[in-house]
Amino acid sequence: MRHFAALFTAIDQSTKTRVKVAALAAYFKTAEEDDKLWTVALFSGRRPKRAVTTTRLREWAAEAAEVPLWLFEESYSIVGDLAETIALILPPNTSESNHSLSHWINSLRMLSQADEPERKAFVHAAWHELGGAERFLFNKLITGGFRVGVSQKLMTRALSQATGKPEAELAHRLMGKWHPDDVNWHALIEAEDPEADASRPYPFYLAHGLEDGPDPLGDPAAWRAEWKWDGIRGQLILRDGAYFVWSRGEELMTDRFPELARAIDHLPPGTVLDGELLVWRPGAPHPSSFNVLQPRIGRKTVPKKLLREAPVVLHTYDLLEWQGEDIRKKPFAERRALLENACADLPDGAPVRLSPQIPFKSWQDLIPRRENARAAHAEGLMIKRADSPYRSGRKKGDWWKWKLDPLTIDAVMIYAQSGSGRRANLFTDFTFAVRNGNDMVPFTKAYSGLTDAEFRQITAWVRKNTLQRFGPVRQVTPHHVFEIAFEGIAASARHKSGVALRFPRMLRWRQDKPLEEANTLDDLNEMLRIYG
Amino acid sequence: MGDRAATFACMSRSPVLTFTDKGIYCPAGDFYIDPWHPVARALITHGHADHARAGMGRYLATHAALPVVRHRLGEINAQGIGFGEALQIGDARVSFHPAGHVPGSAQIRVAVAGEIWVASGDYKVVDDGLSEAFEVVRCHHFITESTFGLPVFRWADQRDVAAEINGWWAGCVAAGKTAFLGAYALGKAQRLMSLLDPDIGPILTHAAVENTNAVLRAQGYNLPDTLLANAELNPKDHPGALVLAPPSAFDSAWSRKFGAQETAFASGWMALRGVRRRRSGDRGFVISDHADWAGLLSAIRETGAENIYVTHGYTDIFTRYLNEVGWNAQVVPTQFEGESLDAGDAA
Repeated sequence: MRHFAALFTAIDQSTKTRVKVAALAAYFKTAEEDDKLWTVALFSGRRPKRAVTTTRLREWAAEAAEVPLWLFEESYSIVGDLAETIALILPPNTSESNHSLSHWINSLRMLSQADEPERKAFVHAAWHELGGAERFLFNKLITGGFRVGVSQKLMTRALSQATGKPEAELAHRLMGKWHPDDVNWHALIEAEDPEADASRPYPFYLAHGLEDGPDPLGDPAAWRAEWKWDGIRGQLILRDGAYFVWSRGEELMTDRFPELARAIDHLPPGTVLDGELLVWRPGAPHPSSFNVLQPRIGRKTVPKKLLREAPVVLHTYDLLEWQGEDIRKKPFAERRALLENACADLPDGAPVRLSPQIPFKSWQDLIPRRENARAAHAEGLMIKRADSPYRSGRKKGDWWKWKLDPLTIDAVMIYAQSGSGRRANLFTDFTFAVRNGNDMVPFTKAYSGLTDAEFRQITAWVRKNTLQRFGPVRQVTPHHVFEIAFEGIAASARHKSGVALRFPRMLRWRQDKPLEEANTLDDLNEMLRIYG
Repeated sequence: MGDRAATFACMSRSPVLTFTDKGIYCPAGDFYIDPWHPVARALITHGHADHARAGMGRYLATHAALPVVRHRLGEINAQGIGFGEALQIGDARVSFHPAGHVPGSAQIRVAVAGEIWVASGDYKVVDDGLSEAFEVVRCHHFITESTFGLPVFRWADQRDVAAEINGWWAGCVAAGKTAFLGAYALGKAQRLMSLLDPDIGPILTHAAVENTNAVLRAQGYNLPDTLLANAELNPKDHPGALVLAPPSAFDSAWSRKFGAQETAFASGWMALRGVRRRRSGDRGFVISDHADWAGLLSAIRETGAENIYVTHGYTDIFTRYLNEVGWNAQVVPTQFEGESLDAGDAA
């Protein structure tokens, strides 16, 4: 466990990608195969079968630390991580051991057969002989969720350095439903894999924000416009009778979007499409809001019900490979023409649709279109140079996103809660209200958008102006007005105010505004009527 | 107030210390302890900004704390007092006793007609080798902080932390980098200095730290040699240096002239992984001038007090626990801040 703990600590205490990758690569070169396999598995969200429930874990930890359970729970809510809370709250270890990572995992696996007193005895013994990072990691093996700032991408890069294999091939090898219980290091990483080549994606081209409008871009005739959709960027690869879906983070998401498999029936092999993944229900005039797409993103397997309620289509706007040929060097207008041809015969129910272009003669024409983007359920416009190749990365000049300004409302802070984990010592989570006569109607929470200095200032203020405490939540004197920005508004039966906001955040602290100038419930309902 | 304290207050004329919107007040002596609004007479536990504020008519602090208080507040009407020395103020008998928080810091004992109260300000119970060591003062009523009043806070032996810090510094030197260590200008910086191994390299200081060093050295506190990193100093002349600075000076024009560097913070909050990561420094060392959970409980137990007033920190949780295990405890709202990660200079 020490070797693994040293790796974890090296990764955890650095913010530098290079340092993390070097630490991982060194580990992959020297660790035992089973430990390496489990490290890859843990860092990609897999974990041993849970041998102990977190409820029991909490009870046992409180007992071992000789504190009442409520105090353990309060501590947990401040620390923000169960494994860490336990590691910190227990007395220092009384003995030492140095079993390997896979030893501990195998022991935990055996434990699922044991009865409860035996489980408890095992966990207590482990806590006694593991200290510091090792104890924390042991707890993590049970609770899961190794968030260590190692993306799939960093891990594949480190594996590539350690094994000499290309990153894209390794990314493909690590995709899917493998589990260390069913596969070994050689089969996962080293054995021949003919499928890897077929799945290889192209690097994405990323747009820059257009801050001052399109006038500086020059002649409008040299540009094309499209809606900027509010979904997730995706690359759909059709090769050798198979399909692959990559995210912008170059993560393979094929398993998450099984409905895209039907694209194989409609488009020839040797086709690679760039576009936006959106939930678009059959017959609907617009895509559904991002809230509907959200539950699809995190799930590696999709239940049938969700698949029916939130069907995903790829709105494609670029063609990167056609008939097996990489055509990224061709001008955008030419690629677009080929794309339109390819999509011409797609039936209505196909999981791929052509994202329309927006015709315009002058930049002036685009202004009202952008302002109406919300009506089209888009978040603004994309403006692309007609003769540009498909570049890679965020290179300035050929692709621009001209986003809508967010909606804003001036609201009153009425509750404050201290953050957990990173922000345990500051009040950062606030509930905001609009005025309704003399009442305050809460309608949203927000916890981002202020500077550290502002959080410190508001924290001091909250301490002095607490009216009432409800556990960790403090009701404060309604006094401070904040401008809340958000991307969308929808009716919601779950919220007292009747609305739900998309991506609310604090745009600025309006210290200049008195309470009486904050917006009212009527204002909020009017926004819902117009934009909902 | 809790029932027992209330009963007691009714039986006697008025409590020895009361909690007002200006600060902790003693009616029998007509003075305040660490007030946050201007008052005629203020007794000051120590020089941190949330305890020693400007604008008081008269100040009383230990001889050991006063030079820093004067340095920070400028021209003030102040009187010094020795540790353990008693002073009669009106009907109150007052004395100051080491709090172990920073050099010069005191708990203030106030006795009126045989009833003893102690306002501890900020304190830690372990001896850091630099501050006057915490002294247990028996009392009936004890006013305590709870900055780290959760059982997840448990400080390691400071020798172990020293070894960690020196190991990190030596590693920076080996990698050709300047080590930047963030700490409060008063207290934490000097404590860290006293833990550093001077064989590794020179210790450079930010002006805020060095000014406090000068005051403390003049008082006779034994600090290692340091060098002020001012505009004239050429970092190239001091390879292998460690720079001590308030965190607010990090990533400034001043700090950038030291070239390749690693940054670290030293604070009790570094015990929490989330906080450590939010600082996005290279390292976090867990060391605090406030008592940890066990330290708070042992201090409270040893005073023999039955009535506990919890002023700042995790007040609600800590108070609930104290009541559960048999004390008569209550939260009293104050404007003390405890150990703040972000402020350059508080607590």
